[in-house]
Amino acid sequence: MDFSLSSEQQMIQDSVSRFILNDYDFDTRRKILGSATGYSQKNWNMFAELGWLMLPFAEEDGGLGGSIVDLALVMEEFGKGMVVEPFIATAVMAGGLIASAGEQQQKDDYLPKIMAGELQMAFAYAEPQSRYHLNNVKCRASKTDNGLVISGQKSVVLNGNHADTLIVAARTSGDTSDKSGISLFLVDANHPSVKREGYANVDGHQAADIWFDKTPILGLLGKQDEALPIIENIIDKATLAICAEAVGAMQIAHERTLEYAKTRKQFGRTIGSFQALQHRMVNMFMEHQQAKSILLMAALKMDSNNGSDPKALSAAKSRIGKAANLVAREAVQIHGGIGMTDEIDVGHIFKRLTTIQFLFGSTDVHTRRFASL
Amino acid sequence: MNLNFTSEEKDFQQEVQQFLQQKLPKDIARKTKSALHLSKEECNEWQKILYKQGWAASNWPVEHGGTGWTPTQKYIFANECAKAGGPDVIPFGLKMVAPIIYTFGSEEQKQRFLPDILASNVWWCQGYSETGAGSDLAAMKTTAVKDGDEYVVNGTKTWTTLGQHADWIFCLVRTGPPSTKNQEAISFLLINMHDPKISVSPIITIDGRHEVNEVHFDGVRVPANNLIGTEGQGWTYAKVLLTHERTGIARVAISKDRLVQLKDLVKASPNGEDSLINDAVFAQKIANVEIDLLALEYTELRTLSALSTGQAPGPESSILKIVGTQIIQAIDELYVEAAGYYAMPFVPFQFHEEFEGQHIGPDMATNSSLRYFNNRKTSIYGGSNEIQTNIISKAVLGL
Repeated sequence: MDFSLSSEQQMIQDSVSRFILNDYDFDTRRKILGSATGYSQKNWNMFAELGWLMLPFAEEDGGLGGSIVDLALVMEEFGKGMVVEPFIATAVMAGGLIASAGEQQQKDDYLPKIMAGELQMAFAYAEPQSRYHLNNVKCRASKTDNGLVISGQKSVVLNGNHADTLIVAARTSGDTSDKSGISLFLVDANHPSVKREGYANVDGHQAADIWFDKTPILGLLGKQDEALPIIENIIDKATLAICAEAVGAMQIAHERTLEYAKTRKQFGRTIGSFQALQHRMVNMFMEHQQAKSILLMAALKMDSNNGSDPKALSAAKSRIGKAANLVAREAVQIHGGIGMTDEIDVGHIFKRLTTIQFLFGSTDVHTRRFASL
Repeated sequence: MNLNFTSEEKDFQQEVQQFLQQKLPKDIARKTKSALHLSKEECNEWQKILYKQGWAASNWPVEHGGTGWTPTQKYIFANECAKAGGPDVIPFGLKMVAPIIYTFGSEEQKQRFLPDILASNVWWCQGYSETGAGSDLAAMKTTAVKDGDEYVVNGTKTWTTLGQHADWIFCLVRTGPPSTKNQEAISFLLINMHDPKISVSPIITIDGRHEVNEVHFDGVRVPANNLIGTEGQGWTYAKVLLTHERTGIARVAISKDRLVQLKDLVKASPNGEDSLINDAVFAQKIANVEIDLLALEYTELRTLSALSTGQAPGPESSILKIVGTQIIQAIDELYVEAAGYYAMPFVPFQFHEEFEGQHIGPDMATNSSLRYFNNRKTSIYGGSNEIQTNIISKAVLGL
């Protein structure tokens, strides 16, 4: 057993960590959130230049062949700066689907562009009624004289407003909740039959609701009717990524709270000298450590199992969701009023840690999945 | 012991129901139920309706225009209002400064201020906290120095809710020599917000709203007859106000209604092929909060019952703020959880009346996160829950 990082891993971690420290401070992030696109193209180009967009892809696909542990390392650092650039939507989810299900031609068409930072993509899977059931797909692809067309609605598609190309989960056979009969399609996001309502999420990430009305497809991705296992696999990978992000964000929330408690004076002494608050900050610390541990467990098990271990992943999401809940609430509460303001990062960490608890399956959903596997 | 309403109380309940049905504007009710922002005009509209009915001031003595209601009547009114979507009155005038004025103010001050507060002609805000004086309120530094028959006020107050709309501010100011522990040097002063030497700067909170402000006083000259009571007694007055306001602080009626609405939302929320209400784990979470709220309701009723028989509120009343806010926040969190993916979009613009575009998600869902974020304040303001815990520990348990 050896939990130390390899020199390559150390290098990646250092380089992302430096980026967050030097180029992604809180004020810079605020400016990015306030910009027209809500993310920085300059940063995105830098991610490409530094090879971070190549990290999730296999060497034979032109990538760096990064492991799940490598992905977690990057995302944990991203979490410390609450990076809003659509790394998960484009590189992890859409890119990951093409890499795992695409034909060689499709990989050649899309992956180099993703890795070069030239293509924005999004994966549209959730629907207004589906909640966290990935098999619940009403959106339907039907045959016409001109080939398959897609009709239906997709909810809260991450990066959906900026994507050039969408990957859409649609039903090609069976009933709404059948496990078979779901297929993945590449779709031109700018086609006139695609209606997009874009917005920022409360955590600053960009998203859109998307309506398809007899939208022609650019191509089928993977085997028709058999997409569900591929979807589950990629959502698990994305879930691991936000778990790692949460661990990084919790670390900052805890550090900020400690700094504040050590400097804020009330009743003639620092508030950190009050035992009632000391114990609560110790609890935050323990939650963060437990979260970090279970993240490592899940990433290592996924790596030793071809990138997939649903039980380990759900354990991580469940435990990290619980930790994120406590750490986020306590960080704001111990800061008091100032923690409620838009002016400092703690409130923003609170918001991101809140959405992470409910993204890709709530804490309860993953606890239940863990029990069922 | 008797749990039932008397026939007079039942009549009163009917009267309140009828009033709300006839007089509460539908649009205000809808917005209140959906936790949407009410404009100053809308708040005034409702408060003036209450005023015409003679129901604007449920806590005031009858001689000043109060309702003279028994605690049970107040309980009935709060519950019916919450059910119907009648918004809470803005507390700063009617519930906070008015009791100070009619208890400690001069006859001249009562006549000058109370009628306009009762009729909601003027808006008040509160100047207590400062950057260095939060939980340790007595550490406040804003000074009021006597100069002839005026005080000259310098300093900055913060977390001033709705200060941007207020005509008047009631302030704790330091009239004695600066010293952190000296609560004897604090006085209670009423200041006109339209003074050109007062400036208000907004503080935006994490839900994106402008609700609180910093209020800067730069040599503001205040007539000495705006001082309440005696110089140096402000701390005592402020403390009396805090104990005065025990009932209602738990917001039980509103939480009860929010739970009823949550269950409706959850029934209407699809969970794949099923409804979210059939999710046993989620149903149990709702039940846990509901049970906690039932206990709190009876804690509040015990307090009310003690008051109505002329006893001082017992230790149970100290629990109201802490548990009440815990429950508010737990309910908010259940809304977020029920909303699922639609808790994420930040789309406050779609709740504006003039918005004609496509709504993102069900309104109750897309508003859930903002309410959850905003109500983090409830365990911080009005004496943080940590301070409340200290009060119970010292004053109730004698530790």
